Amino acid sequence: MDTFIQLTINGFTLGSVYALIALGYSLVYGILKLLNFAHGDVFMVGSFIGFGALQLLGGSTAPKVPTWLLLVLITLAAMAGCALLGVAIERFAYRPLRNAPRIAPLISALGVSFFLAYSMQLMFGSEQRDYDAFSLSGGALFFNGFDIGNVRVPLLRIVIVASAFALMIVLWLLVTRTRMGKAMRATSYDREAASMMGIDVDRVIVFAFVLGSALAGAAGVMFALRAPTDVAIGFLAGLKGFTAAVIGGIGSIPGAMAGGLILGFAEAFTQGYISTRWSDLLVFVILIVFMLFRPQGLFGKPDIKKV
Amino acid sequence: MPAASATAGPRIGQDEWVARSAERRGGRGGRWGVLEARLRVVPWWAWLILFVAVVAALPIGFESGYVRRVAFDTVIFMLLALGLNVVVGWGGLLDLGFVAFYGVGAYTYAVLSADRYDLHLPIFVSIPAAAVVGGIVGLLVGLPSRRLVGDYLAIVTLFFFQIFLTVSNNSESILGENVAGGPNGILNVQPLSLFGRELPVSHEGIFNVAYLYVALAFFVVVFVALRFVNASRTGRAWRSLREDALAAELMGMPVNWLKLTAFAFGAGVAALTGTLVTALNGSVFPQTFEFPLLITVYTMVILGGAGSQAGVVIGAIGISVLLEALREPGDSRFLFYALVLLGLAGTLKLSRKLALVLGGTLVLGFAAHALAGAIDGSWTAGAAQGGGRLGEWANEWVVVPGDIAGWVTPVAYIGLVSAVLTLTLLRGRTRLFLLVPTLYLAAFVWENVMLARPEPTRFVVLGAILIGVMVARPEGVLGEKRVEIV
Repeated sequence: MDTFIQLTINGFTLGSVYALIALGYSLVYGILKLLNFAHGDVFMVGSFIGFGALQLLGGSTAPKVPTWLLLVLITLAAMAGCALLGVAIERFAYRPLRNAPRIAPLISALGVSFFLAYSMQLMFGSEQRDYDAFSLSGGALFFNGFDIGNVRVPLLRIVIVASAFALMIVLWLLVTRTRMGKAMRATSYDREAASMMGIDVDRVIVFAFVLGSALAGAAGVMFALRAPTDVAIGFLAGLKGFTAAVIGGIGSIPGAMAGGLILGFAEAFTQGYISTRWSDLLVFVILIVFMLFRPQGLFGKPDIKKV
Repeated sequence: MPAASATAGPRIGQDEWVARSAERRGGRGGRWGVLEARLRVVPWWAWLILFVAVVAALPIGFESGYVRRVAFDTVIFMLLALGLNVVVGWGGLLDLGFVAFYGVGAYTYAVLSADRYDLHLPIFVSIPAAAVVGGIVGLLVGLPSRRLVGDYLAIVTLFFFQIFLTVSNNSESILGENVAGGPNGILNVQPLSLFGRELPVSHEGIFNVAYLYVALAFFVVVFVALRFVNASRTGRAWRSLREDALAAELMGMPVNWLKLTAFAFGAGVAALTGTLVTALNGSVFPQTFEFPLLITVYTMVILGGAGSQAGVVIGAIGISVLLEALREPGDSRFLFYALVLLGLAGTLKLSRKLALVLGGTLVLGFAAHALAGAIDGSWTAGAAQGGGRLGEWANEWVVVPGDIAGWVTPVAYIGLVSAVLTLTLLRGRTRLFLLVPTLYLAAFVWENVMLARPEPTRFVVLGAILIGVMVARPEGVLGEKRVEIV
């Protein structure tokens, strides 16, 4: 029972990180119909920006600001940096290919992913970076919290999950309640018709990249708060985020959240009950099963071929 | 849709778009266009014979085992590029699991001829078997694609790649059995043997050149076979699938079957290539089949021009030589300055602008070097990586600090990337003016960052080539221009 509770907590944390990544995939795919392979690497860059900001603010042992402000600041730094990176990627690697055959932006995206990962390795080497979250506010964030049975739920985990969900709610409100959100939904429904109705499609696309990349940046920080980060995490995290998006129904926001959580639980429970080495395999099998039997995902609508 | 030209107005009974189709996909104008048209007169088999003769003569000119080994590796890359070209160039499908098929072939050959299972089948059985197994696995992976459109196919193949990596890395205990050694791979694979005689992998202490000839023979067979396939009914059907799958389906083509065959052909070629490499190395490890290899082969195909066999071969040679050169600081430096000069001369032509930019960069360099040296001697105290005469010259011109501060590397690198990206947005005089500091910054980064870390540099360059080619010239060097589907 204790293992079960522990794994549930792990699954929740991991799942909320995957959900944030999945949202970025979903946003971009919904509007551009483009698989942004570089998204996982944006996430990785986010975790590095967070690390840099943490060092600037004095590291986790002797921070110059209160802990809560420290967490907020490094997350904001990562979000801002990634948003900028996302805009640059869109402007230079995808926009020139807007009217090219479908395969062209995909290959360009592969190139961006590769370029980002190895640029980071070139600049910072391939050593692991540890946020050393254990020492945050003297370890209080780790040891405080509440108990379920014999299992302690650390405060830090609660902070991660809560802030991930807060971000998702903010995104949900942005997409459903604002003018820009309306424009985004219109563009994803029919780009050409939207532009004829006077929507600046380029701006909408840039906005989608800003939102998606900022979420990836936040996810990067949250990921690095629970485990050390290095330049190679982007690839696998990107794949899993994408899987989460497909499971939930790509293009759907609640779908991405649900998919992320499902994936997080699946991974945590396989690691706990079966074996850590095969847990990635399970993720891929889930994806392929979904693609075969329900390609539109849990919340998506079946794709109608347009001529 | 292009507007009707001024010279010939639209005529009744003739479709404007169809009439101008040759013009849209035609070659370049000017001197290059004339040269290209002249070269196209020579039949393809003549080119092939010439090419094979040149490669076969290489060992005569170069005695070193290193050059021969690089030539062998390049032929391997050419085979891989030919295989990927079937799927990506002709079928228009994004196959991200290609390298896994290469691995499947390598492992199949290893299992059939290593000491581990003690099968030791003759190569006339094991090599075709590996190719067939690769093709069948390709079919199986392609099967889900029956229901998947475009992007999803890419994902399924990417996941197949991951599954292959996970399984091969954990193959030392699958259900408790040691199947293929896991990360330690399969060792003691027997080399190729012809008519009972083993072909040793090294001859007189260096790489046995016979393997180069075997690889070359494979290359010729695969090249010619694929050429005929492409000219066949199936080949035409593949290309129509690439241009517009929906239209092809409406014309009554079996789209799913075509996709599957394209996959199987590509996978078969990859698997065939895998057998050769395994036979030469005498072992196979999962680490050989990682993501960077996939990107390398993709860059070859894209740079050379997806869809053109000659193009992908040229791409394979270019990238393979580039990657080798980037390993060694001296070669890497030479390549950098040569490419920058060629690029400048190509874009600016031999004009006053070129002289201005080059002169400006030189002056800026000497000024910066003198200034940095005057402020603090240690700023220019570093020695150029690799040395050589060009290195000595570069040391006089580029600021190479003796002990580079940690923050300089990311700042300079990010600055360079931003500067290059900004340059693509600018026009006219501002662009020319900004080109000078950008060039110097590039030299600084190359000397201080890239040369110090060759491994990531090689892959950064590949990624940049992939993006650059896609954005600037999606058809690559020799590819056919795709007509936009409206």
